[in-house]
Amino acid sequence: MKRTGGLLLLGLCAVVLVALPFTSSNYIIRLATFAAMYVALAASWNVIGGMAGYPSFATAAFFGLGAYGAGVVLSKTGTFLVLGWLCGGVAAALFALLVGPAILRLRGHYFAVASLVTAVVLREIINSATNLTGGGMGLNLPPRISDVDLLARQYYAVMVLLAVGAVGAGVLVSRAKIGWALRCIEQNEDAAVVLGIDTLYYKTAAFALSGLIAGITGAVYATWIGYIDPTDVFEDILSVKPIVMVLIGGLGTLYAPVVGALCFLLLEELVWRNILSFHAGVLGLLIVALLVFLPGGLKDLATRLPWARRSPAGEAVRS
Amino acid sequence: MTADTTPIATLSNVTKRFGGLVAVRDVSFSLKPGEIVGLIGPNGAGKTTLVSLMAQTLVPDAGEISFMGRSLVGLPAYKVARLGLARTFQIVQPFPKMTVLENVQAGALFAGASPSVADARDRAMECLEFCGLAQLALSEASSLTLPNRKRLEVAKALATRPKLLLLDEVNAGLTAAEVDRALELIDALARRGITILLIEHLMKVVLKACARVLVLHQGALIADGTPREVVHDKAVAEAYLGSRFAHALSGKTPGAAA
Ligand SMILES: Nc1ncnc2c1ncn2[C@@H]1O[C@H](COP(=O)(O)OP(=O)(O)OP(=O)(O)O)[C@@H](O)[C@H]1O
Ligand SMILES: [Mg+2]
Repeated sequence: MKRTGGLLLLGLCAVVLVALPFTSSNYIIRLATFAAMYVALAASWNVIGGMAGYPSFATAAFFGLGAYGAGVVLSKTGTFLVLGWLCGGVAAALFALLVGPAILRLRGHYFAVASLVTAVVLREIINSATNLTGGGMGLNLPPRISDVDLLARQYYAVMVLLAVGAVGAGVLVSRAKIGWALRCIEQNEDAAVVLGIDTLYYKTAAFALSGLIAGITGAVYATWIGYIDPTDVFEDILSVKPIVMVLIGGLGTLYAPVVGALCFLLLEELVWRNILSFHAGVLGLLIVALLVFLPGGLKDLATRLPWARRSPAGEAVRS
Repeated sequence: MTADTTPIATLSNVTKRFGGLVAVRDVSFSLKPGEIVGLIGPNGAGKTTLVSLMAQTLVPDAGEISFMGRSLVGLPAYKVARLGLARTFQIVQPFPKMTVLENVQAGALFAGASPSVADARDRAMECLEFCGLAQLALSEASSLTLPNRKRLEVAKALATRPKLLLLDEVNAGLTAAEVDRALELIDALARRGITILLIEHLMKVVLKACARVLVLHQGALIADGTPREVVHDKAVAEAYLGSRFAHALSGKTPGAAA
């Protein structure tokens, strides 16, 4: 029963996703592309932050490195876009493999701060490597298709595929041995160690996967927008948004990145369009209110709303 | 028998300090394969610290620890676990959001010959039956009573297929009937050929289960012998009862505790 319902929902989503580019304005397509990008970033964070319980603020570092990795490769060699995107993703993953073993020994706040610093360091490096990256002047990545409508739809398709891939990767990870390891680490790392779990190895692998996804996302973003500069792609808020999205969706679930990212984008868009001044502040307040009243995210809604509550028998089994 | 006399684990002059406090002081002993050895001592004697040192969740400041002919000092704790040295935690450490079965399955999944998730599940179920937790397999670990959480600790450790099992007060808080059940469990473990170091406050369990007892006091090993020898040891009586009372006891009723 539950399974067929889930499949129906998936099918419906697929139909909407495919129909959208043929029926919608460029504005809606652009919004949907951002939605897909947010889903990918939230799914990227979920691997290390949600599954392993390590509150990473390195998303901006991965995103920026991916953007610049692709940007530099593409502008210097003019190779295929896909190859450029992969280079961006691999650069971010390699970076995660490099710093992961050092900072993943830290726990809690210490890890959070260390991961936040990575973006700052990378931003400075990119800024000073002027002949490769253009430094503070930024990097121009002119689009390869001149048809604006087609370009919008091309990037919509790429971002959606990326989002689907990122969420799918999360599902695969959670079912595999690494998923077990990450759940153990999240729930009790000391207990995990004495069961023979090489915690540093699995945490690093999760961090690298998070890096790969966010890196490719940054790379696609760079060629989509056509121009990047260090302050834009290494922006701290890029690290914060995915966390907020997963918290809104409900920490500890696989669908949280999807639900959370969509809700976040909707909120963001509504606030930006309807409130002329102080939008960032209003958005922040809305998010705080949401997290205060639904600390478990939107998944709590089912138990909070009287009409959505399950049968008493079902409740009794859970508790 | 001849081959079995080589120890499975040996500690030589192991010392661990916490700041100025010497929690384990120059401790040496070895365990023979298949032995059930009791480890007793007053609160704060250093028993749990000693277990952590053997499992390498703490690193000794001095001394040598070997297990099956391999030095453990400096080895990451997860590797020690994979070699077949399992420990339980006195303060139980379940994975709270998993079911009882999943907790044990996690134990089966990573140690030894790296089984598939499905095989690990089968082995976990077997361990749960062995420890008398099978009916609770699908309950959340956080919903268990304390005695059952202690059993879960044993089941998790057992799932890693240990050769040496360090049990840190797994019988605390049990009723008399439950103690008998625990004794059966220890017996069954021993029949599987697992060597056991048993930290225990219940003397009944120690006397029944162990052929040999180690006594730790203020970090130092003050006795190592049969339960009978240890119970009659003057230093042990002093450690537990204080020196004046021990003197009085030994003066008036020699051998009274037998
Ligand atoms: N992590 C630590 N940091 C500082 N001191 C510690 C630490 N762990 C243990 N100690 C101290 O070391 C001494 C030995 O502690 P340990 O827990 O090993 O004793 P124990 O014999 O297991 O006691 P109990 O019977 O109460 O379990 C105690 O004085 C304790 O306070
Ligand atoms: Mg103790």
